[in-house]
Amino acid sequence: MSSVAFVLIAILTLAAALAAATLQKLMHATLSFAVALVGVAAFFFLLGAEFVGLVLVFVYIGAVAVLIVFTILLTRRDARKDHGANWGGALLAVAVFGGLAWAVFKTPSVAIGAPHIRALTVKRIGEALMTSYVWPLQCVGLLLTAALIGALVLVMEEKR
Amino acid sequence: MTPTLQVFLIVSAALFSAGLLAVLSRRHAIFILIGIEMMLAAANLNFIAFWRFSPQSQPPTGVMIAIFSIAIAAAEAAVGLALVIAVYRHYRTTNVDHLDQLKG
Repeated sequence: MSSVAFVLIAILTLAAALAAATLQKLMHATLSFAVALVGVAAFFFLLGAEFVGLVLVFVYIGAVAVLIVFTILLTRRDARKDHGANWGGALLAVAVFGGLAWAVFKTPSVAIGAPHIRALTVKRIGEALMTSYVWPLQCVGLLLTAALIGALVLVMEEKR
Repeated sequence: MTPTLQVFLIVSAALFSAGLLAVLSRRHAIFILIGIEMMLAAANLNFIAFWRFSPQSQPPTGVMIAIFSIAIAAAEAAVGLALVIAVYRHYRTTNVDHLDQLKG
């Protein structure tokens, strides 16, 4: 894990996240959101979880960001602008960040370096999914089916 | 010098705060959903960081939790955006300040 790569990815991710939270135009904010998620996926690669990084890119940028863009286009009439951040929200967000950072710095057990671990192959993930995590996997499949049917029912035109 | 667990947690906290800022200060429903997704991504970053910096386990629990959480976030985004479209059809607006019919 190189610290140069870490600093670059951190700057990219946080700048894009702040832009997504403060830009006025919806489309710009959505694209910044996609860039922030690319940064998070890069962190996953840096941490040695390549498979999860790829899943994040596929699911978030391939599906969620495109879905958000479609929704913006479908609700275009008042989707033009939104005012930026207001002071109350900014103050509370800074306070939450301060509290979290204080807690992290006050905890000595998290100031550790990375141990050397065996590479996480897709084979190991697949074996874990099909043995110890087979019931959660089935439940997530059921949840996804139910959620997508629910989304379809919600947006279907009502018959009068 | 390689990054410690601490700096990953700080970055994740900053990402979470950016999502919270979007949720608290935006008036547009789609922006609020984007903020929620950013907070979920920050939580996933924490799961992966804790997995990487702890002694290795078989099965890799942190990675599994992150995968399931990504799947659930996708379902949440689909239902949330469907709700936004349904609300827009009904009220012709997605500004959450104007959706006050249930206000007592």
